[in-house]
Amino acid sequence: MTALLTIIVLILVAIAVWQMTKIFEFSQIGVENAQVANDKDNKLNGYLMFAFLGFLYLLTIYCLAKWGRVLLPEASSAHGKDYDTLMMVSMVLIFIVQAITQTLLHYFAFKYKGEKGKKALFYADNDKLEFIWTIIPVITLAGLILYGLYTWTTIMDINEEDDPIVIELYAQQFNWKARYAGDDNVLGDANVRFLSDFDGQNVLGIDSSDPNGMDDIISTTELHLPVNRKVVFKMRSQDVLHSAYMPHFRAQMNCVPGMITQFSFTPTVTTEEMRQKPEIQEKVKHINELRAERRKKGEDLENWEFDYLLLCNKICGTSHFNMQMKIIVESEEEFNTWIKEQQTFGQMVAGNEN
Amino acid sequence: MSATATAAHADDHAQDHGHHHKQTFISKYIFSFDHKMISKQYLITGIFMGIIGIVMSLLFRMQLAWPEESFSIFEVLLGKWAPDGVMDPNIYLALVTIHGTIMVFFVLTAGLSGTFSNLLIPLQIGARDMASGFLNMLSYWLFFLSSVIMVASIFVEAGPAAAGWTIYPPLSALPQAQGGSGLGMTMWLVSLAIFIASSLLGSLNYIVTVLNLRTRGMSMTRLPLTIWALFVTAIIGVVSFPVLLSAALLLIFDRSFGTSFFLSDIFIQGEVLHHQGGSPVLFEHLFWFLGHPEVYIVLLPALGITSEIIATNSRKPIFGYRAMVASILAIAFLSTIVWGHHMFVSGMNPFLGSVFTFTTLLIAIPSAVKAFNYITTIWKGNLQMNPAMLFSIGLVSTFITGGLTGIILGDSTLDINVHDTYFVVAHFHLVMGVTAVYGFLAGVYHWFPKMFGRMMNKNLGYVHFWLTAVSAYGVFFPMHFVGLAGLPRRYYTNTNFPIFDDLMDINVVMTVFALIAGAAQVVFLYNFFYSIFFGEKAKQNPWKSNTLEWTTPVEHIHGNWPGEIPEVHRWAYDYSKTNEDGEYVIPGQDYAPQTVPLQEGEEELNH
Repeated sequence: MTALLTIIVLILVAIAVWQMTKIFEFSQIGVENAQVANDKDNKLNGYLMFAFLGFLYLLTIYCLAKWGRVLLPEASSAHGKDYDTLMMVSMVLIFIVQAITQTLLHYFAFKYKGEKGKKALFYADNDKLEFIWTIIPVITLAGLILYGLYTWTTIMDINEEDDPIVIELYAQQFNWKARYAGDDNVLGDANVRFLSDFDGQNVLGIDSSDPNGMDDIISTTELHLPVNRKVVFKMRSQDVLHSAYMPHFRAQMNCVPGMITQFSFTPTVTTEEMRQKPEIQEKVKHINELRAERRKKGEDLENWEFDYLLLCNKICGTSHFNMQMKIIVESEEEFNTWIKEQQTFGQMVAGNEN
Repeated sequence: MSATATAAHADDHAQDHGHHHKQTFISKYIFSFDHKMISKQYLITGIFMGIIGIVMSLLFRMQLAWPEESFSIFEVLLGKWAPDGVMDPNIYLALVTIHGTIMVFFVLTAGLSGTFSNLLIPLQIGARDMASGFLNMLSYWLFFLSSVIMVASIFVEAGPAAAGWTIYPPLSALPQAQGGSGLGMTMWLVSLAIFIASSLLGSLNYIVTVLNLRTRGMSMTRLPLTIWALFVTAIIGVVSFPVLLSAALLLIFDRSFGTSFFLSDIFIQGEVLHHQGGSPVLFEHLFWFLGHPEVYIVLLPALGITSEIIATNSRKPIFGYRAMVASILAIAFLSTIVWGHHMFVSGMNPFLGSVFTFTTLLIAIPSAVKAFNYITTIWKGNLQMNPAMLFSIGLVSTFITGGLTGIILGDSTLDINVHDTYFVVAHFHLVMGVTAVYGFLAGVYHWFPKMFGRMMNKNLGYVHFWLTAVSAYGVFFPMHFVGLAGLPRRYYTNTNFPIFDDLMDINVVMTVFALIAGAAQVVFLYNFFYSIFFGEKAKQNPWKSNTLEWTTPVEHIHGNWPGEIPEVHRWAYDYSKTNEDGEYVIPGQDYAPQTVPLQEGEEELNH
């Protein structure tokens, strides 16, 4: 409702401005070149340019102050720390350049607003100046490129050293499934052509003739990860492109039908620890307040508790907006307890044959 | 008069006789060969498509701010796709897709580059018309045909294409995956194929015209920057558009003839498809081989237009003409080798990611040079705040703001977590969407007197600019925060993720600003159409500009100049040039048009 009021007010303001310009225009009938900017226009718009600079600054400050808290919390993965540092460095740089250039641009637009009879400076070239502002970006960017590439090669060097746990993320319209490689830590072969085996119970299309697959464990509800142990994800999709996006871990990789893509990271903060962090608690409190307000208006909403999420981040069809899976990061013991309760593929096959 | 000039005159006169056949309504207004008329046709078609594209964006912005609420406007405009006024998720995706397609191709490629290449290339280089008037006409009518097909596809029973404007297969290839991937997608592909043909015919014509039909004295280094930009844009188009055509053709084959270029190992709706061995990643490569240069096809004409307008209205030469030309060339070259930065997390080999990060960040250098040169051009000028100038300054502002976030997205590491989030949406809307639209609007305000012989109302122009400038930032600046919060783009609603509940108020703010921005464009439309018929009559050179188009009479004539084609004696930027005694080179006049010979004692700059 407030939004509607705001719109109405703004539209009225716009109409008022328009009407004022109309009146102004009628007062100018008969003036030569009436539609070319005169000194009055230059002055008005020059001042407005300066005001616009103020608007830009206020907008930036307002957004940072009001919405700084909606940003993702500190990374919960080992490589995420480097990611966050690089992001911070780049952001600081961007804000500095933005502040300087916008100020110069709008200040000059204000300062040098035209006046009749004023002479502009004929200034066509200055090799030295141009060299300076070519070389400064070159040096800054060289630094950023090197830093970025170093981090990138480290993140993307996906290997199976340090005893990682191998997990397959399996995407389909519109849900996620996860497959753990089991005791041998090797995923069994799989292909969409096996999906109809065992009356369609072979939901990931595991090749039942591959012994590696027998101890594989499938989870269709939650993705459990042990803390501080490297995870190597192998991604597959059975229908269209999807993208496995785990924002809290600074991790993302597309799932492409016909190929296996990979990503790897080490979670460093358990879900429980995360929920204890003051910034998260504040966010949860704020969101629950918002939800309580909406509940009062008759919406059926439960209170929310923080959880890591796996989202789909590549347009995949009608329900793309609701393709998600909960991620639970827990201690090694808790993880082992959970995984022991799960049925292996071999058990599923045996159960089917009986 | 020298003998050569007389001969040239006779030659011109002889050519004129060829044009004296009778003009009918059809040959003058519809199937016209005249570049000025074709440019107006592009402009009007572009504006019409722009209205559709912008209205679509307002509709889905309303859905994002007030998810699944009922609006009667939805019911009116979307019909069966909004039962009881609540938008359907399928039509949401379709709106996003068609909005992107229309804005990128039909408004900012054809509407911007088509309009101003046609208008300015012959007029500013001193040519009577394009190299081939017939191909030029064909180019427009193919564009018109593709627009008709695209608009018609919106009304298809199963819905228009809805796989995103990047139409990645398999989603776009399989009708089983999505309603919009049926007839709607077929029409999308056909429309784009025709569009590409149109674009190629146009581009080849522009290139040939610029290379061969420049008037005497108009060396390449005397070309106005608009022409440099439009010329290089045409070259990028010729290099990259055919690749999109091949991608579209292969996709048509996959869809209709059972081939497997982009499809493999697919199980959908309980059935294993026979497709084997194709790769969607191949499609992404082909698509972005055009898709990225396309950004510069959109952007360069806007930057060219702005260079001209900022110099004219600052009453100063553009700063660093050679650097500006070099930047255009560098951007054009680099634009063809950076496409992989759209694919860092596509499953492509990470080493390729490193290469593309390197080339991508390099492109920041010529872009930075351009931004600095604009700012220096304004410095110590005598700024004439015409609406076109305001839009040009606005363009520099959004170009910087949007360009800077490119440093984040072009870095493969940082892209991991912001890829396909609203951060990207904010980035490209500022740097190519808003920036190019500003360039387009600046061009319309500046060359309106040339196109229609009348002036647009400046006060309405001011209202239009300030409302647009404030609301464009109001929409896209907060959007960065939504992206950094991790919200993926192309979500019909984010109510299924309580974690994003605190983004609700940002979404409302953005939508309110978007609605204001939409309303501001109504002011423009009114001003535009009213002024065509009732605007103040224009003078020959209202902005006191140096370039050749202002030496033609206000009334359009076939062949542009009534007598001889003018000869060029200087570059286009002799604004406020003074002699050593401090007096303007032409006393009492702060500009020296390109047709004016060097004055006694005046030195030509070695720019």
